[in-house]
Amino acid sequence: MPGQSVGVVESQRAHFDQPLHLRSGSVLPAYELVYETYGTLNAARSNAILVCHALSGHHHVAGHYADQPDNIGWWDNIVGPGRPLDTDRFFIVGVNNLGGCHGSTGPSSLNPATGKPWGAAFPMVAVIDWVHAQARLADRLGIESWAAIMGGSLGGMQALRWSITYPERVRNAIVIAAAPRLSAQNIAFNDVARQAILTDPDFHGGNYYEYGTRPVRGLRLARMLGHITYLSDDQMGEKFGRELRNSAFSFGFGVEFEVESYLRHQGDKFAGHFDANTYLLMTKALDYFDPAREDNGNLTATMARSKANFLIVSFSTDWRFSPARSKEMVAALLAAGRDVSYAEIGLNFGHDSFLMDDAHYHGVIDAYLRNIKP
Amino acid sequence: MTNTLGRADFDLITAWIAPGDRVLDLGCGDGTLLKHLIETRGVHGWGVEIDDATVLAAIRNGINVIQGNLEKGLDEFADQAFDHVVLSRTLQTVRHTEGILREMLRVGREAVVSFPNFAYWKNLRSVLEGRMPVSEDLPYQWYDSPNVRFFTLLDFEDLCARMGLVIRERHVLDEEGNPVEDEVNFLGSLAVYRLTLNR
Repeated sequence: MPGQSVGVVESQRAHFDQPLHLRSGSVLPAYELVYETYGTLNAARSNAILVCHALSGHHHVAGHYADQPDNIGWWDNIVGPGRPLDTDRFFIVGVNNLGGCHGSTGPSSLNPATGKPWGAAFPMVAVIDWVHAQARLADRLGIESWAAIMGGSLGGMQALRWSITYPERVRNAIVIAAAPRLSAQNIAFNDVARQAILTDPDFHGGNYYEYGTRPVRGLRLARMLGHITYLSDDQMGEKFGRELRNSAFSFGFGVEFEVESYLRHQGDKFAGHFDANTYLLMTKALDYFDPAREDNGNLTATMARSKANFLIVSFSTDWRFSPARSKEMVAALLAAGRDVSYAEIGLNFGHDSFLMDDAHYHGVIDAYLRNIKP
Repeated sequence: MTNTLGRADFDLITAWIAPGDRVLDLGCGDGTLLKHLIETRGVHGWGVEIDDATVLAAIRNGINVIQGNLEKGLDEFADQAFDHVVLSRTLQTVRHTEGILREMLRVGREAVVSFPNFAYWKNLRSVLEGRMPVSEDLPYQWYDSPNVRFFTLLDFEDLCARMGLVIRERHVLDEEGNPVEDEVNFLGSLAVYRLTLNR
């Protein structure tokens, strides 16, 4: 991996008193966003890049904390001096979205009206709500227009939404492993994940905080299911095959195959720290995302509202958000006469490929960003 | 003939394209032609390229490039979305010859096609001497050539007639890039056609 890490970073908080009117019709009277920045905003305030996170991500995009050297940002491999998101050129912003569980206002935050965690009372948030909240943070940071907004998966959807809702404020949108709307199959996976959480006896209608418990079993199952859909069949075959932990079958329901061991570990790890209500909200935001709905399903008309240049990236083994879904965006952008490039990367890691450190993939991002004049 | 890009057909193609036109370059490589058209004609351009390294080079060149396989058609592109669709020295590498020609004129008003002429006298001489031709316009050995279709000007014009494609203009060049006026199927190394649909 060429380039360097950004090193020690600190997160910051911004409090917003102006009520946020949400897509669902609810109003969030006040909220906090936790965010991180890397690099230096130039005098013209024209070199800022917003990195949007996906379902389980957060504001800690890169670097590590002084007191937690092992807590490395989720996209550290692409950010830093000499890396594609070059902090010698760009000012990078990562923000935890509303409804999150990493410091921004969400279901596990205290509701000032009750003095108790929001829980089930936290309003449903949509991608457009995140974008409005991020826009207010941009105002606060003095960023009138972003040099680029980028993200993978649900993060890519935020970049897309930004370009449509705030066309004057996005000069480039980098949309990776995303889709213009979820398919029935995608919604189905999300619903099974939600059902696992909602039917966990420890869920308590979303107010489990008051019971001193968490729906760990449901969240674990949700993550195990999700995780399978983020990997490719080939990759699982190569990594685990039919390998057994012990050499013989045990004819029981304990962990036998390596893939079971891996998935259970992933589930446990995730369920240990992530908030189930946030998981529910994030999956609903994914399901509702469909900007072309405002144009009766005509994605070309929707994309025609954007003014950004686009880089769309997909991965050949990603079946959760397949290359065909990226091409829908490409086709709409072409039909709208927009500047767009599209790369289909032959990486073997399914949907999770977008987080991988690959010379060609990062080369594409790097080449695109090098042509951006801050 | 001197040419700016070292590719004689580029100058001809450039001359056919009006300022501000919308141009699609199929098999655009690193985007050299599109970049030239953007700089000299102010066109709005997009390219299609299949190869990873070349897509990367085109992005580095600041060109709009869509990674895709011409053999699979041009599904991402809407009907009549472009003024010109260019296929420069690429037709001989495409298996679905009729399919790509039809697609070019579905998505574009005009098609510009250039290809090496296999009946060029030096190529014929090579074959007579028992060797597959290698030349300026056919710069490959038989075992590493991307070319899968071997045809001549006459063959191509027969196909155009059969498909109802109208040849608006034709330029034929020798290996040095000089124009050839007579005995084109014998003396021409590279042909450049400007096509529209018969309607």
